[in-house]
Amino acid sequence: MTAGAGTAVARSAEPFGARLARWVPKLVLAPSFVLAFLFIYGLMAWNGYLSLSASRLLPNYEFVGIEQYQRLFESERWWVALTNLGIFGGLFIGCGMTIGLLLAILLDQKIRVEGVLRTIYLYPMALSFIVTGTAWKWILNPGLGLEKLAHEWGFAGFSFDWLINPDRAIYTIVIAGVWQSAGFVMALFLAGLRGIDDSILKAAQIDGASLPRIYWRIIIPCLRPVFFSTLMVLSHLAIKSFDLVMALTAGGPGFATDVPATFMYTMAFSRGQIGLGAASATIMLATVAAIVVPYLYSELRGRR
Amino acid sequence: MGALSIRDVRRSYGGIEILKGIDVEVEAGEFLILVGPSGCGKSTLLNIIAGLDAPTTGTVHIAGRDVTRALPKDRDIAMVFQSYALYPNMNVAGNISFGLEMRNVPRDQREAAVQRVAKMLQIEHLLDRKPGQLSGGQRQRVAMGRALARDPVLFLFDEPLSNLDAKLRVEMRAEIKQLHRAAQVTTVYVTHDQVEAMTLGDRIAVMKGGLIEQLGTPDDIYDRPATRFVAEFIGSPAMNMIVAERSPAGLAAQGFDLVLDDGQRRALSAGAPGPVLYGLRPESLSFGDAGLPGTVTMLEPTGPETYALVDTAVGKLTARVPGRLHQAIGAPVALRWSAADVHLFDTRTEQRLA
Repeated sequence: MTAGAGTAVARSAEPFGARLARWVPKLVLAPSFVLAFLFIYGLMAWNGYLSLSASRLLPNYEFVGIEQYQRLFESERWWVALTNLGIFGGLFIGCGMTIGLLLAILLDQKIRVEGVLRTIYLYPMALSFIVTGTAWKWILNPGLGLEKLAHEWGFAGFSFDWLINPDRAIYTIVIAGVWQSAGFVMALFLAGLRGIDDSILKAAQIDGASLPRIYWRIIIPCLRPVFFSTLMVLSHLAIKSFDLVMALTAGGPGFATDVPATFMYTMAFSRGQIGLGAASATIMLATVAAIVVPYLYSELRGRR
Repeated sequence: MGALSIRDVRRSYGGIEILKGIDVEVEAGEFLILVGPSGCGKSTLLNIIAGLDAPTTGTVHIAGRDVTRALPKDRDIAMVFQSYALYPNMNVAGNISFGLEMRNVPRDQREAAVQRVAKMLQIEHLLDRKPGQLSGGQRQRVAMGRALARDPVLFLFDEPLSNLDAKLRVEMRAEIKQLHRAAQVTTVYVTHDQVEAMTLGDRIAVMKGGLIEQLGTPDDIYDRPATRFVAEFIGSPAMNMIVAERSPAGLAAQGFDLVLDDGQRRALSAGAPGPVLYGLRPESLSFGDAGLPGTVTMLEPTGPETYALVDTAVGKLTARVPGRLHQAIGAPVALRWSAADVHLFDTRTEQRLA
């Protein structure tokens, strides 16, 4: 009876009720849409314009064309940052994926305490890059961490000073980054491995393939989609990487471990070179877009 | 020496015995069915034959060679799985030739084998496709093609038709039977479907609780089930079981005298005293003017025949009669059968008496 009354009321107020029902989603979504539009795409556009302006300490809207980009690519420090990104990105993605896949394969051998091990490997991902960076800064600090420990154990000749060696410092960032992300990559690959039918393994065994060949010829090719999404996640992490570098080396010694993100931050906010910083930010945006847009395109097209 | 002999195979997992001593000899070219309910150990036994699992004790010989500890690849067997287990990253030709490739067969011979198998199974037009682009029946064919490509001494099938729809299952069943007739390869086939068991097998091993209840030809199993379990498991609808007491005339249930022939009487007097299970297959029952009175409570017409559930003084009995029935639900009927169709089982040991 109450239900009948309800429908009667709804029917009498239908024009307004229906209009409200149509508008509510739009009204609710509008603020976040406006905010996202303004503070993401608006600021991107502003940054794009600043990179074409003569801005230094403060924004200055005098249009100077691509002069900031010319300065950027003439700067030695920017090239160091790009080289570092290449080294870091390549090793971070390569080692992260290799170690992650290896861990996943080993963990997939029906071992006893798998749940515990999985959690242990996944834990670093729960830390922020700042914590990882700080912890590894202490571990790798010759006066505090590994080197001192080895010396105290009596290995007086042991030396591990990569953190303060300008030619080696970038590799410490790789170590910390891989340490943090390998467990996450492992979780992705493990999920992929679990999706593979057990009887495929049995069939391959009967067909006479050895375990390494089963993995190489059948299982790893089956994981191709997982490789692809892992590559996506890791490469954009690499390009954006800022906090890990800031916490671990702060771009030092000197600017030996600068990456584009720390370069941009230093130029825009501490060196009074807003135009140059904006130009480097635009280059980074373009790099990320070059990776993500084809991915999104293929994903969206594949779904249709 | 048979093509496959399984001797006193036992398998336990952490104290739970899954197989409790299995002995089977399979002759070359024979089609053996392992049938039983879920958890009876039939798939474990097949995995032990394949080498995917090892027996706790006992031995497996294939073609006269002890392979109990040999790796699956060294047993010269091929297996078809319920889920087909095709390699999703390879096309059909790659799937069929993978086993040959792993055995270092030269490329031209591999291609010849793929063509031969594809022709046999009529999948020549599918060779370039990936498994994901195939229908269930086509995948099933490819899985069989993969097994056929290598010319093994022993074929193993693990419920290969369970994932197919009913119509396709009947087609593939016939095809497997024809393939076996043509290739004459020794085959062990696991199923839980008693129709597959009856139609395909040269011999059937009915398993229950890790033991073989009965091993025999389909006719043996159907006409002379060794135990109550086999009698009830094979045949659809299941055999009617009447609990009968000894009476001066032989056997009676609820005061109704049950017919027996002389051989059954002799077997009864030779056996231990006590109640007996009196089994009747539904198709042994027919409607007549005189006999066991009852009322029809349900009719299930299947087209060519009708299953009638009849409530009688000795319990509910299912009759399977040809054609349509003109009796209505609730109609009084009389059931008749001949003594030759009766199966007798001991109630305690559940073994066949006669």
